[in-house]
Amino acid sequence: MIAQPEPKKDVLARRDAIVAGLRALLPPDGVIAEPLRLKPYETDGLSAYRQVPLVVVLPETTEQVAAVMAFCHREGVRVVPRGAGTSLSGGALPMADAVVLGLMRMNRILDIDYADRCAVVQAGVTNIGITQAVQERGFFYAPDPSSQLACMIGGNVNMNSGGAHCLRYGVTANNLLGLRVVTVEGEVLDIGGAHMDAAGYDWLGLLTGSEGQLAVVTEVTVRILRGPEGARAMLAAFRSNEIAGACVDSIIASGIIPVALEFMDRPAIHACEAFAHAGYPLDAEAMLIIEVEGSPAEQDDLLGRIKDICNRYDPISLKVSQSAEESAAIWKGRKGAFGAVGRISPDYLCMDGTIPTSRLPEVLGRIGAMSAEYGLQVANIFHAGDGNLHPLIMFDANDPESFRKAEHFGADILRLCVEVGGCLTGEHGVGVEKRDLMGVQFTEIELDQQRRIKSAFDPGWLLNPSKVFPLKAPPALTQAA
Amino acid sequence: MQTNFTAEQLRDPDTAASNQVLRTCVHCGFCTATCPTFVLLGDELDSPRGRIYLIKDMLETGRPATEEVVRHVDRCLSCLACMTTCPSGVNYMHLVDHARTYIERTYRRPWHDRALRWVLAQVLPRPGLMRVALYGARLARPVVRLLPQEGVAFKRLRALLTLAPARVPPPSQVETPQVHRAIGARRGRVALLAGCAQQVLDPAINEATIRLLTRLGVEVVVAKGAGCCGALTHHMGRHDPAMASARANIAAWSRELEGEGLDAIVINTSGCGTTVKDYGFMFRTEPAPWQERAERVSALALDISQYLTRLGYAPTREAPGLTVAYHSACSLQHGQQVTSEPKALLRKAGFAVVEPAEGHLCCGSAGTYNLMQPEIAGRLKERKLANLNATRPDLVAAGNIGCITQLSGSGLAMLHTVQLLDWMAGGPEPEAVAARRREKGAV
Repeated sequence: MIAQPEPKKDVLARRDAIVAGLRALLPPDGVIAEPLRLKPYETDGLSAYRQVPLVVVLPETTEQVAAVMAFCHREGVRVVPRGAGTSLSGGALPMADAVVLGLMRMNRILDIDYADRCAVVQAGVTNIGITQAVQERGFFYAPDPSSQLACMIGGNVNMNSGGAHCLRYGVTANNLLGLRVVTVEGEVLDIGGAHMDAAGYDWLGLLTGSEGQLAVVTEVTVRILRGPEGARAMLAAFRSNEIAGACVDSIIASGIIPVALEFMDRPAIHACEAFAHAGYPLDAEAMLIIEVEGSPAEQDDLLGRIKDICNRYDPISLKVSQSAEESAAIWKGRKGAFGAVGRISPDYLCMDGTIPTSRLPEVLGRIGAMSAEYGLQVANIFHAGDGNLHPLIMFDANDPESFRKAEHFGADILRLCVEVGGCLTGEHGVGVEKRDLMGVQFTEIELDQQRRIKSAFDPGWLLNPSKVFPLKAPPALTQAA
Repeated sequence: MQTNFTAEQLRDPDTAASNQVLRTCVHCGFCTATCPTFVLLGDELDSPRGRIYLIKDMLETGRPATEEVVRHVDRCLSCLACMTTCPSGVNYMHLVDHARTYIERTYRRPWHDRALRWVLAQVLPRPGLMRVALYGARLARPVVRLLPQEGVAFKRLRALLTLAPARVPPPSQVETPQVHRAIGARRGRVALLAGCAQQVLDPAINEATIRLLTRLGVEVVVAKGAGCCGALTHHMGRHDPAMASARANIAAWSRELEGEGLDAIVINTSGCGTTVKDYGFMFRTEPAPWQERAERVSALALDISQYLTRLGYAPTREAPGLTVAYHSACSLQHGQQVTSEPKALLRKAGFAVVEPAEGHLCCGSAGTYNLMQPEIAGRLKERKLANLNATRPDLVAAGNIGCITQLSGSGLAMLHTVQLLDWMAGGPEPEAVAARRREKGAV
């Protein structure tokens, strides 16, 4: 189990009063406090780590969130915000003395402005829900995490989520215009709005990716884009991970930026094919999904040039999707990839390191060697064009030794990413999972500076305090760096 | 996902099967997104992932079911949208079936809940009793207004009386055990599950099925001894009556299989189809010859749309110029993963086929769900009707009597897919279609 800060004894002792106080602020079914009903909230998408929370609240409005925050602030109670609970880094892992603040009921689209190409939505709207709300008019919301079906925009903002198509369209931060947030004191703030950039400091930039530690996001204004004229996906099959990695590097180095450039290795191809029936090449060691978009002529031109590059790497097959259904199946497999690995292993840890694309062949080779060393299988499924790796380390949670090994293996992979010039997390966030590795990436001085920013927003460290930083007392805010 | 069962617990075959299901789940949360109750209620506990967690805890601890667990498991529609969505291949159906049996064994429900469940379990699978009950409900209808607004029991009673159709059609003669001969050269021989509730609520569906199949050269057997598939009691967690119903069907069809033989067991109520296709699993620990027989029956079970596709259905009438909204019943699209066949058949028959938004979401019917959980079912019904109306259809086609009953009476012409297919291949025009065409001024 992952270490947690010492629960506040006084909060645990006042549990009944705290629950009663919260009940006074919310509709009757908006507070969950019975031990049995709290259990399903003990974990998120990283189920290896678990902690039953003090209480769960499910507010329906920003005002209710503000009331809950003001109450918790007054009472000195910690708060862990939670969206769909799909975090792969344990970003919504509860604490024994914390209120889990679930935003799933705030799932309304508030406004769509086609003329100015933006939409205002509540934090609990799913990522795909935004696109679904605007696609009738030919628009879409670009960042597309693989969990986009379920994950919520509030969580996307807090983790600065990416996705397959971010190679072309950028990550959440690049598609965000404004936020309505509730501070730890319960104050409602509007940051940015339905316009490009904001005067003054870039608060939006600071809050995006702040992992629920600076404020609670309740409403989001996003940029919506008009969809492309058309898009086509190609499957390129290769004889080894290293060869496919080298091909990715050549494509990127040639100056072509496909809308998506995704990598899957043999175990991933087989697991995903069993789920999606997408016609993936089962004879390949590694496969790339390469998508281009534009007019038919543009697509042909790009696909032709990409095929030429692929052909230099002795591909087993190159197959261009012939229909919208085929493309949908290709993406269904890719987006369901992590879950599909559940077909071949009961548990996995999903890493999220990034590396320069030029180091792909080398890093993939070394991950393969480590896999043999640790005796644990790895499935590689990742955003190759961005150099954002997702090695999935397969283990058996019913075997504690296998879990311990998986954790060490994961840490080694992330150290390797940093060593070759990359970083610990591309899009899943640090959460609780990579917290203790932050020292690999940052010096103590750098970490203390970041902690001071947290302290400026949340002096009492009440908001999601067990995440992102190795556990230790924060430095004093007044002390000069 | 990690599980904590003792070796002793795992000796129970049901627990062992559930352990396998739980181990497959990686807790990714995709299922939450397409779960109707999570979409409506926004609580992890009313999502598949939350229920899996509650069930896991209940089974691991071996504790009797508690009110909290029962509340959230009861709210599950068993629509199985989660299984379509799940990338890991978690068999939620088997897990929740096990949980329901476990609840039935270890939990004592309030008296009115027990009474209602007992009545439904007695009446629905027996066409004769059900017909009497529907007449009774019709007579009692004026009482609806007098029922108190509050209280679970009253809400359910109101749902029961409101759902009963205003007109109970007279029984049909085609559903008694008999052999309907093929017209012309015989191309196949099938058993038809004549079912229970459907033949009371709308006998025209079986009539259309038999007409169409015999015209296509198929001999249709309504086997003696076959009846309710067992789904109704199975979903209430009543293991023994469900197994008894299933066993009667397996026996009846096995006699046919050993006699003149069967090419398929055709089912035109997809809720039943999902269960018959699962007989193999239900009987997996039964002694010989039941296990093999059940597997054989499940392997032969086909939805009518699957069988018609295999047969090569073709219309004989000219395209009627009507737009059909295809309502995909959950048991068909999620339970059996049959999605393209009914739409392709309707198109082939000459209809313009449209699909509503949120087609993956349940209409709230879900077996007896609309009687047990009228509030959630009502909200899902309104949502479904709005989505269907938005397609501006002339007719709505569905492959399940439950959905047809749930969505009827709201101004949409609801029909079974096979009724439209029969009409376009020479059968009589269904009354609902004629009415719609009169409205359009097309006749």
